[in-house]
Amino acid sequence: MLLTATLSLFVGVADISMADIIGRDMDKLALITISRIPRTAALILAGVGMSISGVIMQQMTQNKFVAPTTAGTLEAAKMGLLIFLIFIPTAGTAVKMLLAFLFTFMASLLFLAIVRKIRFRNVVFVPLVGLMFGGIIGSVTTLIAVRMNIVQDSNAWMMGDFSGILQGRYELIYLSLPAIAVTYLYANKFTVIGMGEEFSRNLGLNYRTIMNIGLFCVSLTVSAVVITAGAIPFLGLIVPNVASLLFGDNLKRTLPYVALSGAIFLLLCDIAGRVVIYPYEIPIGVSVSIIGAVIFLVMLLWKK
Amino acid sequence: MEKVGTIRRNLWVAAVLLLITASLFLFLNMGNNWAFALRLRGVKVAAILIVSCCVAYSSVAFQTITNNRILTPSIMGFESVYLLLQTIIVYMYGDTTFRVLSSIDNFLLSVASMIGFAFLIYLLIYRKGKNNLYLLLLVGIILGTLFNSLSSFMQLLIDPNDYFIVQGKMFASFNRINRDLLWPSTIVMSVILIAGFRMTRTLDVLALGREQAINLGVSYNRMVQLFLVIIAIMVSVSTALVGPITFLGLLVTNLTYELFRTYRHSVIIAACSLVTAVTLLGGQFVMERLFNLSIPVSAIINLVGGVYFIYLLLRVKKL
Repeated sequence: MLLTATLSLFVGVADISMADIIGRDMDKLALITISRIPRTAALILAGVGMSISGVIMQQMTQNKFVAPTTAGTLEAAKMGLLIFLIFIPTAGTAVKMLLAFLFTFMASLLFLAIVRKIRFRNVVFVPLVGLMFGGIIGSVTTLIAVRMNIVQDSNAWMMGDFSGILQGRYELIYLSLPAIAVTYLYANKFTVIGMGEEFSRNLGLNYRTIMNIGLFCVSLTVSAVVITAGAIPFLGLIVPNVASLLFGDNLKRTLPYVALSGAIFLLLCDIAGRVVIYPYEIPIGVSVSIIGAVIFLVMLLWKK
Repeated sequence: MEKVGTIRRNLWVAAVLLLITASLFLFLNMGNNWAFALRLRGVKVAAILIVSCCVAYSSVAFQTITNNRILTPSIMGFESVYLLLQTIIVYMYGDTTFRVLSSIDNFLLSVASMIGFAFLIYLLIYRKGKNNLYLLLLVGIILGTLFNSLSSFMQLLIDPNDYFIVQGKMFASFNRINRDLLWPSTIVMSVILIAGFRMTRTLDVLALGREQAINLGVSYNRMVQLFLVIIAIMVSVSTALVGPITFLGLLVTNLTYELFRTYRHSVIIAACSLVTAVTLLGGQFVMERLFNLSIPVSAIINLVGGVYFIYLLLRVKKL
């Protein structure tokens, strides 16, 4: 990760080399602190946050294919953001965050309620329901956007993109840090949750509380990421799955790997997006979803 | 299971309801130039009827093969393919789109790419000897998500003025149906519908489940594939004709199952076509006369259908 992070610091339209930093070239140092460092930090946090959210959601629903993308979580955050932008655009960022958070939290609650109803737990069926659910939330958002005549703009706002990240405009993403920390502290309990409600109650766990903590962390992280960078699809789906194939299911042990590989994956996608059509950029939403879709399909089709 | 008499009565009620909405739609507030108004509205009614039959048949058949009531073929990503194609066209030609590409070419291109997409997924799954239907759906969805992000990326790059062409295509509309397209698609759809209706008995057997169907002498895999092909054609033609209405199938099939408690597909599909036509005509009527065309009809249907879907999920004991 250190390697990719360093690479991310030095890839960009303006040429910056180690020598410039050591030689204290003021312009270039300013560029680094204003743009490159925030961008790299945001990428790392988003990568860690989204992949960890994916892990928690997968444990809570006991399903490998549930993630912010396949449970309507991203769509809910988008909806909160859009409603903020339309109705109270002058209120501060705190309100924006709160609104997006509330929407994601409610959508996740609703989704969990739906999942609990599904007795027929086919692995693929749950995410199918989740995708339909996300589609509905999305269609409401679109309806609002149509009425306001901002469909194109709202699409632009929602596209995951780190190129607009500058010092002073991305700090909200640090809100995901406490959520990540809490997740790590509770890692063992989430592992147990993944074994089912009866089982975890038998082991003396307060199932409801842990579920709520999980929901809270996921909603906080996802809404913080969506507000700063936009929607990043697939990340929460692929990284945890690959990690669990490689390292197993004991969260206490695998969480660091998941977090690291999430960050690396996102950094690599971002660097790729910056290099491919240099000096322009492909938004990360696009590069991640292309690479992610391919990996996911390969996983699905080649798995026994 | 209710008595045959109740079902027949309900069918009659639905048919009469359809007649009433259709005549309301056709004859209310005709104005002076009634010939013109009638021709304009006649095209819409005809299109609605075709689309209704397609949506009803494809959704019911799809739900029977997948053996559950909350999935519809639109989940497989047909609409993303359609949208991506429209975006690419506008991206390439900008405001000259209409000059370069006639609506017939566009229609053929859309149908061809959607059917091509469906066959690609089928090949991908069946070539590997896997017969997991859910896997098929998931692959469709993943590709759909991929196409969606590609289209939103291209939509960023499109001139806002040209973007309105794309936006017009994002929502189903019965207001801009090309009359030249109506006849050929009616003929094609009638042929497929008649063929489809002759196979409703097979659907009855498939509804019993894979093992039962095989026991009863139905070649399960071949039949499922055949139905998937029919569904792909129907969805493609109706989407290319009017545009995407994602949750229509969901709404109407479940309404139909509520109103007509039977397992005979010939009845269910006929009833569902009636319900769909009434829904669409009603929606179009409300949209034209009450909202003055300010909201796309598909947006209303998506909203109602979506809310109904969530209600359905939360109400039932288990799925």
